[in-house]
Amino acid sequence: MKKVLLTLLVTLPVAAWSASASNWPMEEFEGDLQNLPSLQNGFKLYANYCLGCHGLQFQRYERTADDLGIPHDLAMKNLVFTDQKIGDLMTTSMPKEASKAWFGAAPPDLTMVTRVREPDWVYNYLKTFYVDENRPLGVNNKVFANVGMPNVLLDLQGVQREVCTDGVCDQLVLEAGTGAMTAAEFDSAIYDLTNFLYYVSEPARLERQRTGVFVLLFLIILGSFTYLLNREYWKDIEH
Amino acid sequence: MDKSETQSTDSGLASAMEWIDKRFPASETFEYHMSRYYAPKNFNFWYYFGFLAMFVLVNQLVTGVWLTMNYVPSGDGAFASVEYIMRDVEYGWLMRYLHSTGASFFFVVVYLHMYRALRYGSYRGPRELLWLIGMAIFIALMAEGFFGYLLPWGNMSYWGAQVIVSLFGAIPYIGPDLMEWIRGDFLMSETTLNRFFALHVVALPLVLCILIFVHIVALHHVGSNNPDGIEIKKDKDENGVPRDGIPFHPYYTVHDIHAMVVFLFIFCAVVFFAPEMGGYFLEKPNFEMADPLKTPDHIAPVWYYTPFYAMLRAATFPLFGLSAKFWGFVVMIGAIVIPAALPWLDRSPVKSMRYKGSISRMMLTLFVISFLILGYLGTQAPSKAGTIAAQVCTAIYFAYFILMPWYTRVETTQPEPERVTV
Amino acid sequence: MSEGAVNNTSGETDQENSTNSRRYFLIQATSAVAAVGAAGAAWPFIKYMTPSAKARAAGAPVKIDFSKLSPGEMLSPIVAWRGKPIFVVYRDQPSIDSLETDSGGLADPDSTNPEQQPDFAVNPWRSERPEIGVYVGICTHLGCSPKYVETDNFENTGQGGFFCPCHGSKFDLAGRVVAGVPAPYNLEVPPYRFESDTVIVIG
Repeated sequence: MKKVLLTLLVTLPVAAWSASASNWPMEEFEGDLQNLPSLQNGFKLYANYCLGCHGLQFQRYERTADDLGIPHDLAMKNLVFTDQKIGDLMTTSMPKEASKAWFGAAPPDLTMVTRVREPDWVYNYLKTFYVDENRPLGVNNKVFANVGMPNVLLDLQGVQREVCTDGVCDQLVLEAGTGAMTAAEFDSAIYDLTNFLYYVSEPARLERQRTGVFVLLFLIILGSFTYLLNREYWKDIEH
Repeated sequence: MDKSETQSTDSGLASAMEWIDKRFPASETFEYHMSRYYAPKNFNFWYYFGFLAMFVLVNQLVTGVWLTMNYVPSGDGAFASVEYIMRDVEYGWLMRYLHSTGASFFFVVVYLHMYRALRYGSYRGPRELLWLIGMAIFIALMAEGFFGYLLPWGNMSYWGAQVIVSLFGAIPYIGPDLMEWIRGDFLMSETTLNRFFALHVVALPLVLCILIFVHIVALHHVGSNNPDGIEIKKDKDENGVPRDGIPFHPYYTVHDIHAMVVFLFIFCAVVFFAPEMGGYFLEKPNFEMADPLKTPDHIAPVWYYTPFYAMLRAATFPLFGLSAKFWGFVVMIGAIVIPAALPWLDRSPVKSMRYKGSISRMMLTLFVISFLILGYLGTQAPSKAGTIAAQVCTAIYFAYFILMPWYTRVETTQPEPERVTV
Repeated sequence: MSEGAVNNTSGETDQENSTNSRRYFLIQATSAVAAVGAAGAAWPFIKYMTPSAKARAAGAPVKIDFSKLSPGEMLSPIVAWRGKPIFVVYRDQPSIDSLETDSGGLADPDSTNPEQQPDFAVNPWRSERPEIGVYVGICTHLGCSPKYVETDNFENTGQGGFFCPCHGSKFDLAGRVVAGVPAPYNLEVPPYRFESDTVIVIG
């Protein structure tokens, strides 16, 4: 028994290898898959700002609408902008070759971005675009240095600049009035967007946990019976 | 049900059994392997893992068959088909997590099962062949796990397999050609995926099932060892039944069934609440499709291979004019195979750690600790301190085996008891 | 049972009786709980094999445009709805007339089996509009796809119909099965509606 515990102790606390080597102080993100308004808003933001370039090629509109409590006709009207059907995969119509020419790399599919990286990473990444004249697109990112993606949320967030003290640039300051949203509204929007991606990365997560509770409770009941049965038979054995 | 009715049903069953027994040795087999197979009555915690390994095998076979119904073994289709199973197929997520978690738990229980043998000398005569068959199962299991790991066609699958296959390139002269032969291509490709699929779902499961069958036949022929390491068959009563033996059925069947439920509780807790197990059972880079142009930042095999992987990396200097790469390969293969020699390395007059001397106990403890440290180091990026630690642990690992003929003879042992102690 | 280390006194004692009944109860109870567990564990494996979201998406409503079809023709079978071949026939007036007069050789001329068509298709021509017939092109015998036979004395009516090459089942132009052939039912009419005069939506 000691050895089992030892195995667990030695293997568990080691954090999984980090996806990026940024030293930006990350804000924590706690996903909430029960918060349907947040997920619906995230879906809307994704459909409007992201889906043009980044597909969710393994996920279907229908499943997403069902899980998020959105009626199909509403989803078709407000969230499906191409001639796709409700049962289709949420692919992007942007041709891979063209996007490669425009951005240097094809925009990655984001179905599982929060499993490849952490949800925290996505949340912080989306919030830390800032002006950098040295970059071809005029923007850089604190979490993903020299990223090739333009800041598509600029109109919502507004202009962000980095502030350096003693050569350490660990702060971003927002120019007031340059974005359509206040800082708090923008944070909340990014939370919803990240929450949506967190959902998409594993749509069965809630069902899995719900099922798990029943399975474990059942095993406790079955275990009580097998325990009693075992004890009953072993009364025969001389000790 | 009144008594006469019960009797008529019973006699109906009995005559049905009689009919079968005339044509197939059903009752005889059941008696030989279960109700008249006498196992020592002093089995402890460590004796659950053989049965649990069989249980996990069944889980792997069944979920594997179901996954194969929807898995597509092609370069374009493999990764997408896994996500298809996870999303579009009813309970596909459950099937996949049962299989991926089962793979890790298979190794957990097999390692504990093997540790039991080290602890109580289960490899000693007359069980040498039983031990060798077990070693063959272990190696087949490692191959099975390795082939299966490529199938999701994630980026870690791809590069992990690339690294392991490249190991064979270390063999002088034939290495490079051997690598191409294994891959069937000049790099990991769909061809490799297809042959790994064939081996994983057909060939190796078949080999494993046959080996496990033979393992059990051998076990029931020689009889089970026990924590005291004494032979219960030496002391039989007037009916030829070992005095310290109890019928496997019902006593150990109820025992094992309860153990199975406890095991299932732990297993299901992982399946339903932590299937990624913090990136150890399902690694983050594997949620990205295989990309021959992009190596993940840090490549490590799955946790159950990391002790051997750490030993491979511990070989950092050339020796006798042969490259460090070659020695790494030799060390790794040696580490996997050397336990097979145990029956002939152990010269102690007693079998169980309970009666062996202090050197044996110390060596086993050091061995287990260094194996765990090696497992940890194998998951980490290489570092200078890590390499030195791995070298020390590798030395201890091999010392446990190589010095065994010496230390098992010089140490003072305690006398074995006449009867098993409960 | 007095073998080896098993400590059991022989003879029927009260103690042994109570032991036996306790064991019997525990075995029954444990088996019952385990049976529930086995059923629960089997369920995902059964459910896994039902049509997936992908298959259901392929079964979503589809549109068929038959504007190029003229009377007396059939649109060549379209693999459309749930992957099944769909027949769309444009019947001319003589055909419609002949359907309305029961020739007597049909097994179920009045479409009494509710499984085989939506309610709106319970009529002599088994369709919403008399001239346009929409049928699932799968023989109700063993699943082959029947062939469209244009005219030529098909079952004494002089009109066209459907003929299954596998086992010789015959259906008239409304998909009604002819008596005395292996097929048990009329051809299935899928749920459909007219989106316009020349486009139908199936499903």
